[in-house]
Amino acid sequence: MQKYSIFNLVKNAFSNHQNWDLAWKDPEPKEEYDVVIIGGGGHGLATAYYLAKEHNITKVAIIEKGWIGGGNVGRNTTIIRSNYMHDENGLFSEFGMDLWRKMSQDLNYNVMFSPRGIINLAHSDAQMNAYARRGNSMRLNGIDAVLLNREEVKEIIPMADFSENVRFPIFGGLMQPSAGTARHDAVAWGYARQADDMGVDIIQNCEVIGFDVSAGKINGIRTSRGNIKAKKVGLCVAGSTNILAEKLNMTLPIETHLLQACVSEPVKPVLDSVVTFGAGHFYISQSDKGEMVMGGDLDGYNSYAQRGNLPTLQHVLTEGIAMMPFLSKLKMLRTWGGIMDMSMDGSPIIDKTHIDGLYLNCGWCYGGFKATPASGWTFAHTIAQDRVHELNAGYSLNRFNTGHLIDEKGLGTKTWIS
Amino acid sequence: MRPQIEFSYGGDASVKRPELNKEISDQEWDDFVYNRKSLRGKHLELWQHISGCRQWIKVERDTATHEIFKTFKADEEVA
Repeated sequence: MQKYSIFNLVKNAFSNHQNWDLAWKDPEPKEEYDVVIIGGGGHGLATAYYLAKEHNITKVAIIEKGWIGGGNVGRNTTIIRSNYMHDENGLFSEFGMDLWRKMSQDLNYNVMFSPRGIINLAHSDAQMNAYARRGNSMRLNGIDAVLLNREEVKEIIPMADFSENVRFPIFGGLMQPSAGTARHDAVAWGYARQADDMGVDIIQNCEVIGFDVSAGKINGIRTSRGNIKAKKVGLCVAGSTNILAEKLNMTLPIETHLLQACVSEPVKPVLDSVVTFGAGHFYISQSDKGEMVMGGDLDGYNSYAQRGNLPTLQHVLTEGIAMMPFLSKLKMLRTWGGIMDMSMDGSPIIDKTHIDGLYLNCGWCYGGFKATPASGWTFAHTIAQDRVHELNAGYSLNRFNTGHLIDEKGLGTKTWIS
Repeated sequence: MRPQIEFSYGGDASVKRPELNKEISDQEWDDFVYNRKSLRGKHLELWQHISGCRQWIKVERDTATHEIFKTFKADEEVA
């Protein structure tokens, strides 16, 4: 594989960049694979990459219904963080932060990881206490956390509304300085290019229409491009999880919901960290191109539409303007939606299933992008070793049955009360 | 015709609470509380007219197109 470097960039400039190798091939599906990963998004591509790199399993196919990186890895707001209170989420995400820091070198692909920090705003003494507790829990797990008072927040985001007579006055905030953003498409493409180079077949425009299961064991999948035998099959299909689960006669603690995001026209640098305004269901960052990247809550009903309705967007932007009044002067450039696999406790599932050789990776809610490397790494381990790693042991499928829920955000059982 | 913002979502209406005064297994509770089919296409769901008459209704709606086919009273049995 051609290495991406300044020297190769200069060399290829002489031939007008016409002679670069394809980043990945477009192979026909083979008859049989050791592992088939369904879903060519960030998590699926990362899983295939770590199967090859960490476990030397290269007879692997990624089966993607559309094109790779066209789902949630191309639709998120690129935020990377590990500011969780509970051990399961904190340790898992912090392991992921290490992978993020090394990713551009590891993949020989500039994913533009930018650790610019994330601030969760607090609006009362009680919320400051809760954030102090969360910050302490994070630090006990080796995650950086700083409790900021009102003046310290003002230093970082002077453009926010710091007047006294607002519904949610800013009391302070909890900051994770090492959190940040990355170029989301580059993550998908970087994993795809390396996985392809190690022998993984990336098969696009190939829809899974059924599974071949006998005597409690998976033997392969049926697709729009023919049957494919497989010793092991991993599901990484986010919002489409329930559709495939139905074909396996499984009912999961997952509902598919719609989440929107939007960007403004590009403006000069004004915001150099990620800011969340939880009380107002709003968060914001500024992309390298200068667009203000904004998002908020779910639309609030089951949906597979990948496009949202205006009331939610209006709510999100109303709250945004309440926090940062200058936003009212900006024009909207683009809005879009993606479909989220909302789990019933707000935490993901990476586990084996009751079917031998079938593995499940789902329930990422609206936090899937930052988890991409850790999810791929632990899912690859779970598939290769046929047992969960200690990092994803808490993300079991049966925790809902046994009562071992991860009560991170207190969402409880009603994902639509968010 | 009423605007969407008057309504609040109440989830899958096909889920049935296990009958009381009977032996109920953990699996039955699990299915009632957590497990959902989350169908793509026709989906029977509960909505509350929260900024209006506050009644609960059942709505048959397409989760892929957002088209609403039919509404029912909350206690109406839907075949």
